[in-house]
Amino acid sequence: MTALVIIEHDNASVKDATLAAITAAKAFGDVHGLVAGADCDAAAQAAASIEGVTKVLVADDAAYAHPLAEELAAVVLSIADSYDAIIAPATTTGKNFMPRVAAALDVAQISDIVEVVSTDTFKRPIYAGNAIATVQSSDAKKVITVRGTAFDKAAAGGTGVVEAISAADKVGISEYVGAELSKSDRPELTSAKIIISGGRGMGSGENFSIIEAVADKLGAAVGASRAAVDAGFVPNDYQVGQTGKIVAPELYIAVGISGAIQHLAGMKDSKIIVAINKDEEAPIFQVADYGLVADLFEAVPALEKAL
Amino acid sequence: MKIMVPVKRVVDYNVKVRVKSDNTGVELANVKMSMNPFDEIAIEEAIRLKEAGKAEEIIVVSIGPKAAQETIRTGLAMGADRGILVEHDGEAEPLAIAKILKAIVAEENPNLVFLGKQAIDGDNNQTGQMLAQLLGWPQGTFASEVAMGDDTVNVTREIDGGLETVKLNMPAIVTSDLRLNEPRYASLPNIMKAKRKPIDEKTPADYGVDMAPRVTVLKVEEPPKREAGIKVESVEELVSKLKEKGVI
Repeated sequence: MTALVIIEHDNASVKDATLAAITAAKAFGDVHGLVAGADCDAAAQAAASIEGVTKVLVADDAAYAHPLAEELAAVVLSIADSYDAIIAPATTTGKNFMPRVAAALDVAQISDIVEVVSTDTFKRPIYAGNAIATVQSSDAKKVITVRGTAFDKAAAGGTGVVEAISAADKVGISEYVGAELSKSDRPELTSAKIIISGGRGMGSGENFSIIEAVADKLGAAVGASRAAVDAGFVPNDYQVGQTGKIVAPELYIAVGISGAIQHLAGMKDSKIIVAINKDEEAPIFQVADYGLVADLFEAVPALEKAL
Repeated sequence: MKIMVPVKRVVDYNVKVRVKSDNTGVELANVKMSMNPFDEIAIEEAIRLKEAGKAEEIIVVSIGPKAAQETIRTGLAMGADRGILVEHDGEAEPLAIAKILKAIVAEENPNLVFLGKQAIDGDNNQTGQMLAQLLGWPQGTFASEVAMGDDTVNVTREIDGGLETVKLNMPAIVTSDLRLNEPRYASLPNIMKAKRKPIDEKTPADYGVDMAPRVTVLKVEEPPKREAGIKVESVEELVSKLKEKGVI
């Protein structure tokens, strides 16, 4: 069997979440990658050097300069016949185009898998991670998205061949207008080893500076609960939870976060969870390995000093 | 312009669901059910477009058990004009739902279909995209802002690194993210009025769609439980515990 992994990249390098998808794809046997982009040779070379990837197909065309779902689905479909499984990371890009691929192939997509039981059976979380379903697909071809935090990242050291393929016919019903990306020198949330997140208890966006000071000492990423994002304290791509990012760092420090079901869905697979909250009844303490009942405006600066 | 909004009846988002002891699913008997929160946002956006004079009619569609009628009524009470209930008991997979919606689109010819980005029960995040592909329409998923043009719609989308804007030819599919808007509450007079708004009752067979699941749920389990933690008394104690564990 051969699996096709759609490589997520920025035309120069491969994004981390793809490495987990490649690990999941190895269960199907041979793994090929697809790099669709514009001037994306560097990304293709990077993909070919990932261990386990035997071949990288490159569709280099202006149509793929930005990952528009309509165009990306079309190029995946142009080569889909040769594969038993089509796999993408469950990032906002993967979630966007993959169901189009599945629908065109008349296949039920299996979203956000956390385990491959066999080549037709998978585990995936449902109800905001409050239940884990084992599901078996009867479709001949499998279309799957993979939760990045649930699989080890494939290592470097592969020697795959790179092969150009032609672009699919342009669909031309959508166009990219622009993007507004958050700028941060800190590690990316989904791949950070340590994350410190703030919630409604932070009170304001300015107050996040005390969290950032701790983050800088620890080399950590900064996250937030939905309450903090909705209150405008931080941009929405900081949000950890069912509807934001799913993270599983070595250490997750929740500051002023009560621990609603939807937030826990995004972080409860973290190795060690620390909660700092002044409400000792807050649900976050039920999942925290270490809980500190204290006023965060005293505890967080003290933590920064102690590090 | 006509807008269609598919809605789903799901376990209320505040309910902590329990896995059934025989591991066949989660306990849904006597659990509070509500409209999927993302769908409320989709209806709200449609109503705002109508209030801005950019849409004439809003149709709310639900595929599910008879009780999904209540969910449609909620949408009508918010301000939608009429409903279509496609009655189906048991599991309805996103692909089958997308096929029914495609058939309804063929009958109703809406210019826009607004969906929620995902339902909070299955967490699939597929239906809108699948419908877009089946119709050959463009999609604006995870929308946090929608700006109507004449024959196009600009959709600002929440993506991993921030925001992205795409321009879509109409007709189009848009799926709502949390920050698109703050849905309104239905007022009592509007709830009364909604009772007189029409709801068509249909079945999947009316649209020739086979509902047989492609994916069989073999087992549903509780996620692994975390071991109970400890409360520390001070920041110093916390730091020393974390150092012991080697994480800092």
